[in-house]
Order: sequence, then structure tokens, then C-alpha cells
Amino acid sequence: MSTEEKQLYSVSIYTENNIGLLNRISAIFQRRHINIESLNTSPSEIEGVSKFTIVVNMNEVNIKKILGQIEKQVEVIKAYYHSLDDIIYQIAGLFKIKSELLFEERQIQNIIKESNARIVTVNKDFFVVEKSGKKEEIVELYNKLSPFGIMQYTRSGLIAVTKEEMKISSLIESYNN
Amino acid sequence: MDTQTMKSQEKSTKTTERISGSEAIVRCLIEEGVDILYGYPGGAIMPVYDELYKYQDKIHHVLTRHEQGATHSAQGYARISGRVGVAIATSGPGATNLITGIADAQIDSTPMVCITGQVPSHLLGSDAFQETDIVGISTPVTKWNCQVTRAEDIPEALAKAFYIAKSGRPGPVLIDITKDAQFNEFDFSYEKCTHVRSYIPVPETDVSKVEEAAKLINAAKKPLIVWGQGIILGEAEEQLKAVVEKAGIPAAWTILGASAIPTSHPLNVGMVGMHGNYAPNVLTNECDVLIAIGMRFDDRVTGSLNTYAKQAKVIHFEIDPAEIDKNVKTDVAVLGNSKISLDLLLPLLEQNSHNEWHQKFKDLYEIEYEKVIKNDLYPTKEGITMAEVLKEINIQSEGKAAIVSDVGQHQMIACRYANFNVTKSNITSGGLGTMGFGLPAAIGAKMAAPDREVVSISGDGGYQMTIQELGTIFQQKAAVKVVVLNNDFLGMVRQWQQLFFDKRYASTEMVNPNFVAIAEGYYIKARKVTKREDLAEAVAEMMQSKEAYFLEVCVEKEDNVFPMIPSGASVSDIRLE
Repeated sequence: MSTEEKQLYSVSIYTENNIGLLNRISAIFQRRHINIESLNTSPSEIEGVSKFTIVVNMNEVNIKKILGQIEKQVEVIKAYYHSLDDIIYQIAGLFKIKSELLFEERQIQNIIKESNARIVTVNKDFFVVEKSGKKEEIVELYNKLSPFGIMQYTRSGLIAVTKEEMKISSLIESYNN
Repeated sequence: MDTQTMKSQEKSTKTTERISGSEAIVRCLIEEGVDILYGYPGGAIMPVYDELYKYQDKIHHVLTRHEQGATHSAQGYARISGRVGVAIATSGPGATNLITGIADAQIDSTPMVCITGQVPSHLLGSDAFQETDIVGISTPVTKWNCQVTRAEDIPEALAKAFYIAKSGRPGPVLIDITKDAQFNEFDFSYEKCTHVRSYIPVPETDVSKVEEAAKLINAAKKPLIVWGQGIILGEAEEQLKAVVEKAGIPAAWTILGASAIPTSHPLNVGMVGMHGNYAPNVLTNECDVLIAIGMRFDDRVTGSLNTYAKQAKVIHFEIDPAEIDKNVKTDVAVLGNSKISLDLLLPLLEQNSHNEWHQKFKDLYEIEYEKVIKNDLYPTKEGITMAEVLKEINIQSEGKAAIVSDVGQHQMIACRYANFNVTKSNITSGGLGTMGFGLPAAIGAKMAAPDREVVSISGDGGYQMTIQELGTIFQQKAAVKVVVLNNDFLGMVRQWQQLFFDKRYASTEMVNPNFVAIAEGYYIKARKVTKREDLAEAVAEMMQSKEAYFLEVCVEKEDNVFPMIPSGASVSDIRLE
């Protein structure tokens, strides 16, 4: 793929755990009119180090420049970018549906089974289906369930691990010394 | 932060003593060697002012007339001395008034620490009186910022602030401190910050990159150096001069790089950029190797990037990795501190003189002289030109004065015509183009370097944006020489209206007050010049004055600054008229 062509990239940012940092990082994208497709923050494999996973649709030339701006922030330890082919990722979707449909529309149970989704909870008013996978898989399930009526639907940000090794631990080791 | 706090406390061998957060703030400043700070009191910062009162024999607080003035004074202080400038203000409007100066310091890489008071922590988020989210507001324009809500966190936050502001590529840092953190007592001890684990201020210079650069430079037939403020911030003036002289390379400067090599140096070929000199702009598109050192290829320097130095191999010496390939694609990037990199480069360079190439610069200078410079310096028309005033200042100061300019036509003229024979002599708002910068920045510069002659040069527009700082000059007895080049217009905007908007002078004409009376109202000696025959003598009187002096020079109303690269045009399409 040419460096000028836009594609989805997952940006992994290892940072100190700091209150204002989300603001600082999102401002870098905002200033350049780059829409954040999804954003997730969580602890990382290293104690005391947070990890942002941000998905953006950009070309490679610009993502490199953005990485420079992100890494320039004092409390950012290291940032990486990967195309979606270079990572193993998951997105979660939640569907809230009226309980009566579970019994009236037998098809729904088959859809859930075939989609490898699972029912998280059932009560007399509603039940909740959870599906993890690629965005397309969750959208497909949405399309199948939506004719029956979905009370609520939400999709999480992308979380990912890379196929290749991330040298972040050894890097932090060297910073600490 | 917490793990590091613990670590630093373990390491600290100093004995502690129980003091308030506000006293700790002042003690931290003294520990960091701050002798002067600029600010304005108010509710949420009053405990700190109470301590400043007690410590006034150790640290001098300058009451500016507006918080914006405090930041610009701190910037002027930093730019002339290389030390960290400090500004202090209260919460709410006090804090928001700092923002222009902070943004200016950010884009011009000026080391500055701003301290703001904040409402007590239990009121945060309640829309309390004079509460504003200054950490949120200042985030995009600070190198780093943080809010402190506990007295015991103050020393580490301030230590980190000074370290981050000054190290690597410098910049502004803001520390917001709640009023309860100022009042509460804790066991104080101070340790300077020397390391933040997530922050690499100076990337290590890769010797192999220096060797690649040297190879390109040695093979070049038409090399051109463009240096920026990175030389001054890195204190690499001597190194640059040595490189330029050994390899015989013509060297041009960006506006913020001015004065790193004296104007009079034969290899100094002038300023690049929109109103820079003809030769270095035109020949940027003819050189075979472009050596950029401590500069960032701002759009005012490059004009259209599609036609900028496309024929040249580009070498970029730079401390900030984010600048590499940001605007101009480089062939060799040498990361690191300019002083270290140039020291490594020098022995690898071959002696050269590039005489033919130099002749091209001289030839183009002759054209610029005939078409522009001669008419600016020795006009035949009646009205005084701005350049004539600079010429007189050069004569009186022998090119040793620090010139603090504002923003607009006079700024371009000052940078073009001032003789800079001492480094750190051009203090101006480059990246942000902040009108109103000049007067307060000159106050800060004069106070930081009382032995230097400091001349503030403003236009009638920018001058009135921070004119109230005359009060600071008077109160501090700061011997600043204040020159206003008055053309009764917002000259640069008017020039653009003339050239690009069919002379529709929308809101650029200024009906001005009696500037001399205003200066005299502040008890500052003042004079107005309207005729050429009085100019030399008036400038001489000003420069000889031991105290502050105000000089208004009424200049030609509708003069334009040339050469000029129209915005979006190529550097080689620079216009002489």
C-alpha cells in the first residue's frame, strides 16, 4: 500500500498514568482534523504504565508525523503504529433485546449460536447478547438482529496486541537506569 | 508521580522543615536560582504573594500592568539570558491572560515557568468565583502542565517544571496550585529534577549520520546553511562559525536565528523567508546541499513547499525528532544538540571557499541593494523610512544593542537592518506573531541583562496593545529605550490590503493619541521626531540616556516592506517591488 493511501492504523501509546494526558493526546488529533475511530485506555503489561489504543484512518506519511508529536509529550514513554494486519485485535459489541423475543422468535437463538455470540444476562424484561470479534462480525450480527428490534446497541473500542514483539519493557528498563 | 516522589524522598539527604505550600513555592524558586519574576496578584495566589513579601530581599517580584505583560517580560528575560523566565498570576482571568504569552513561548521554544493560583480543591468543578480550567486551556500550548492540590506535591512539581522548561527543546510549563495546597503545611525539602523517565530531552547524536552529512557537504559545489534559534538555544554560536568558516559555506538565518553569527561576518548572507534577503531566498532553489541547523522549516521560511529546494539534498540538524520530515523531506537527519553535532562535524569537513558560489550571493545582494536597500537607507523622498531609524540606532549602539521588536512591518525592517554583533540580540515574536510582545519583552530583557542596551522597537499598532507596561518601566526604573515607528496604520495588514485586496484599507488606519504625552504621563522622558534632520540627534539623545526614554518617529505612511515572497509562492519568486 502506498504511503499516501489512507488506511486504518492502530496506534499504541505507552504512557505514565496521568490525568491530563488523554486531553493532550486527543488534542494532537483534533488540531489536524483527524477523526478518532476508537479509543481505549487500560493498564499495560508493565506496572504503573498505561496504554492507549487509538484507531485512526490516515496515510502512513501523516501517521509518522503524528507519532512524532505524540512521543514529544513529556509523559509519553513510547508510541507505535500498526496496520490492522500486523495486530491481533478484538472489538466487543453488546445488544439489549426484549426477553419475549427470545421465546417468540426462535430464529434469534440460532443467530446467536451461529455468530458465536453469548447471552450475558436474561431477565423478564430483556436479555443481553455479547459478541467479540472484528468490527464486520459485530456489524453482521447487528444487521441480523436489528429486524427484531434492538433496545440498545453499543460497540467498544479496539484493543490489540501485536504479532511482533514490543520492545517497550526493555526500553523502560533502560530509562529507569 | 507517586513512585518517583517516594524515590526522590529516599534519595534526599536534606533535613526537612515544616512550612506552608506557599512558602515552599517561593523557596523552590530561590533554589532554582530565580532572581526576578513577573506577575500580578489576586485572590487565589495571595498566600504566595505574602511569602514574596517576606522573601523580597532574595527574589524580586515585578508587578506588570497586565498578566500578558508578565509572560512577555518573562520571555524577554529568558531570551536574552538563556535562563528560565517566570510568570505568576491568580486563577480565572489572571490565568487566562497568560495564554497568549504561553502560546508564544511554545511556538518560539522559550523556557518559561508559569505559576497560577487556583480555587481551593474542594471547590474545583463547582464554577467557583474565578475558577477556570487553566490546565485544560493551556494543554495544547504548553510543553507540560499539571495541577497541584496537595502542599507536599509542590516541590516535585516545580522541580520538574524547571527541568522540563529548560532541557531539550525548551518551552513553557504551567503549574496550577490550589489555594488549600498553598495554605497547608508539610515537611519541605527540595531536590532538583534531573530525569523524567518518559522524557528524552536530547536525543543522542548518531556519529554515522554526522559522517553522512560531512560526506554530502564535502562533495557539495553549492552548499547553503540555514540556521535557526537552535544555535542560540544550544549555545553553538562558536561551533557554527567554525563550520561556516572552515567549509566556506554561505550561511543564512531564520528570524529567530538572527545574531548567532554577527551581521558583519562575510559568510553571513542574511535572512531567509517572506521578507528576508533576496540572495539566500533565490539561491535556496539553486543550492545542491541545504544544511538546516536548529530550524523548523516554518511556512514563512519556505513559501510553497512544492517548490522549496527540490533540487537540493537536505541535511537537518535538529534536537526535536518530530521536526524531521515534518515539512521538508530530509536526506540526512542528524538528531541531537547542535553544539555536540557541530563539534563532531567540524573535523570531518574539508577546507573550502566556494568562491564562484559566493559571487552569486554578492551579485544578488547588489540587485537587492539597488532596488530596495538603497531606497530604504538613503531615501530621496521626504518621509522618514523605518530603516533610517535602524541605521541611526546601529551607529549609536555600534551594533551591540539588543533589539526587541514587536510584530509587523517595523519588525521585518528591524530584523533586516539592525546590526547584530552580539548573540541573543534579536528578541521578537517569530512563530506566533504576537502584537504587543515588544514593550513588555524589552522590560524583561533589560532587567535580566542590565548591562546591555535594550531597544524596544514597535509600530503604533502593537505598541498600544501593551502600552500600559510603561507603568512597569516607570515603577521598576527599567532603562528601556522605547521607539515607536508611527505610520498611523497597521502597516503590514495595510501593505497586504494594497497588494492583494485592491487597496481597500479596512480598519487599518489608526487615529493615534499623543504618544509623547502618554509617556510623559508615566514620567518617562519623551521626544517626537517628524523631520529627517532631527533624527540622528534624537536617536543619539535616546541612546545616551541613562534612564528609560521614549522616542516616537513619524515615518512614511504607506511604505511597503520588500523583498516579499507572496504567501503560497516559491522562495525563488521573491518580489523586489
